[in-house]
Amino acid sequence: MAAENVAQLGTVEVKRGRSLGAEAWSRLIKNKAAVAGMIVISIFTLISIFAPVFSPHNPLQIFPGKSYLPPPWYESDLKDGDPNFFFGTDSIGRDVLSRLIYGTRVSIVVGLIPTTVILLIGTLIGMVSGYFGGNWDIVLMRITDVIYAFPDLLFFIIVMVALREEPVGQFMNGLFLLFMALAIVNWVGVARLVRGQVLSLKQKEFVEAARCIGVKDSRIMFRHILPNCLGPLTVSAAFTVPGLIISEAILGFLGLGLRPATQLEGNYFITSWGSLLLDGYGAINSQPFILLPPALCIAVIVLSFTFLGDGLRDALDPRMRGVQ
Amino acid sequence: MINYFLRRLLWLIPVMFTVSLVTFFIMRSAPGSPWDGAAENRRSLDPATQKALEKFYGLDKPVWRQFLAYTFGDFDDDKKFVCGAMCGNLGPSYRQKGLTIQQILFVPFGDNDSFWYSRFGYSLRLGLFALAIAIIIGIPVGMIAALKQNTWVDYLGLFTTTAGVSVPSFVLGLFLIIIFASMLHWINVIPKTWNELKYWILPSIVLGFNTSSFTARLTRAAMLEVMRQDYVRTARAKGLAERVVVVGHMLKNALIPVVTILGPALAGLVTGSFIVETLFSFPGMGRAYIQSIGQRDYSMIMGTTLIYALLVALANVSVDFVYVFIDPRIRLEK
Repeated sequence: MAAENVAQLGTVEVKRGRSLGAEAWSRLIKNKAAVAGMIVISIFTLISIFAPVFSPHNPLQIFPGKSYLPPPWYESDLKDGDPNFFFGTDSIGRDVLSRLIYGTRVSIVVGLIPTTVILLIGTLIGMVSGYFGGNWDIVLMRITDVIYAFPDLLFFIIVMVALREEPVGQFMNGLFLLFMALAIVNWVGVARLVRGQVLSLKQKEFVEAARCIGVKDSRIMFRHILPNCLGPLTVSAAFTVPGLIISEAILGFLGLGLRPATQLEGNYFITSWGSLLLDGYGAINSQPFILLPPALCIAVIVLSFTFLGDGLRDALDPRMRGVQ
Repeated sequence: MINYFLRRLLWLIPVMFTVSLVTFFIMRSAPGSPWDGAAENRRSLDPATQKALEKFYGLDKPVWRQFLAYTFGDFDDDKKFVCGAMCGNLGPSYRQKGLTIQQILFVPFGDNDSFWYSRFGYSLRLGLFALAIAIIIGIPVGMIAALKQNTWVDYLGLFTTTAGVSVPSFVLGLFLIIIFASMLHWINVIPKTWNELKYWILPSIVLGFNTSSFTARLTRAAMLEVMRQDYVRTARAKGLAERVVVVGHMLKNALIPVVTILGPALAGLVTGSFIVETLFSFPGMGRAYIQSIGQRDYSMIMGTTLIYALLVALANVSVDFVYVFIDPRIRLEK
C-alpha cells in the first residue's frame, strides 16, 4: 500500500520543472514582434552568407552605357529600365540590387564581431572592477567618464580619417579599423552594466556561502556571478548591434567607411549600405531608387534588432516590462 | 551639495584634457599635412613656402610641445605668453586664411550680425527647434499612451516610438527628402537662404525625430509609475476632477525625469546634427566640421571636438543639478 502511494505521488510530480532559459524562450517566442525580428535577422544573415548565389550580377561589373537606369517597374520620363536590373543601376552602370546584397555582409559583420569583442572586454573589466573594487574600480570609473564625454561619432570619424591610409586601416578593406574604433568606445557601457550587477550580486547569500566553503575568487566570479549577469548582457548585446550598424552606415555615408574594393576575388566585403547611400545621395533628385533600398534595409534591420532586444528584455526579466 | 557640484565641475578639467590629448595624437598620426596632396584637391606647395607655413603654425616644433601649446599656451618669439584652448583660443584655421576657429564658429557671417547667425548659432537654433518639436510631440504622445495603457492607442504609440528611437535620423531624412523633394517637388532641398522659417521645418523634424520618440517613451514609463502612487488615489478619492488629477498630480511628477534629460538632449541635438546638416547643406557647425576633416584643418577638428565634448560633459552634470532643483525629495549625499 505504502509503496503504491509513493509511486502515485511520483507519477503526479512527473511534470518536470523547466529551466529559466526554457521559460524565457517560451516567453520570447510568444512575442510576435521579437519573432518577426528574429526571422528578418535570419533572412539577412542567410543573404549575406550566400550573397554570390542571390545576386544576379557581379557587384563590381560595369555595364557600359547603362548608367543611372531606373528600376524596370517604375515609369520614368527619362529612361526606360532594363528588366535585368531590378533596382536599376548606379552612376557607372553597376547593378544596385547586387551591390545591396553584398552590402548586407558588412552590416551583419559590423553588428556581430565588435559586439562580441565589446562583450568580452566589458564583462572582464566590469567583473574585476565590481568584484575587487578599490583602485581598479576608481580607474574604470574615470575612464568611463572620459569616454562618455567624447562624442562617439566624432571619435569614429577622427580615427577613420587619421588611420585610413595606414596599414591598419587597409587591413580587411578598413573593416578591422572600424571594428577597433567601435569596440574602444562601446565596451564602457557593458563594463558599467556588469559592474553594477556584480556589486549587488556579491552581497547575496550564495556568494557568501561559496566563500565560506573556500571557493576561489576566480571560480566565484565565473561560476556564481557571471551566469547571473547573462540576462542583462544578452539584452545589452541586442541593443548594441543596431547602434553599430547605424554608426557604420553614417561613416559610409560620409565616405569614411569601407574602402572601395576593386576586384571580387579574395574580397568578401565589396561595399556597404552606407557607401550605397553616398552613391545615391549624389543623384537624389534624378535617381531616388539608388537611395531607397539601402535606407529601407538599414531601417528594417535596425528595427528588427530593437524588437528582438525588447523581447529578450521582457522574456529574461518580466518585471522590466514596458520600462525603459 | 555645493561641494558635490564643484567636484563634478572640477572633474571636467581632466576629462577635457584627455579628450584633447586623444584627439590631438590621433589627428597627428594621420599621414600628410594640410598642404600636401593627401588633402583633397590640393597641389603640393614648394618646400620654402611649406616651411614658412609650418613655422607660422608651429608645426616645426616637437609634437608634445605643439600639444601643450594648443591646449594650454606657449611663449612666442618675443617671449610673450599666448594662451591656448583653455582660454578659448582655438587656434588659427589652416584653410581659411586670417581666421581663428572661434571666429569661424561664433562670429556671424552673411548680412546679419546677431550671434544666432554664426555657425554655432545656426546649429544651436536648429537644436532648439528640434527640441521644441520633441517636447511638443513627445510629452502628449507619452501621456496619452500611458492613460490608455494596453489599448490599441498604447500599442500604436509603442510601435511608433520604438521605430522612432531605433531608426536613425538620417535614414528618415533621406526618406523625407525623396518624398517631398524628389517626388512631390514641394520643397527645395537646398534653399538659397535659411532666413525663411519654412526651410527649417524639415531639418528640425528629422533632427528631433529620435528625441521626440525617446521623450514619449520616457513620459509613458514615468506616467505609468506615477499613476499607481498613493497620492493619485488620494486625489481621486477626494473627488478632484480627472483633468486636475492628470495634469496637476500625475503629469507634474511624471515630467521630472523628462525635464532632467532636456540638457543632454539639447547637447545631443547640437553635437549630433552634423549628419542632418550635411544632408540638408545647412550652414551650421556640424557641416563645417565634416568639411574640415576632408581638408585636414587640424585646429578646426581639435576646436570643434573640444566644444562638442565640453557641451556633452556640461549637459551630463546638468542632469543631477536640475534633479536637485525640481525634486525636493532628492538630496545628494556629500
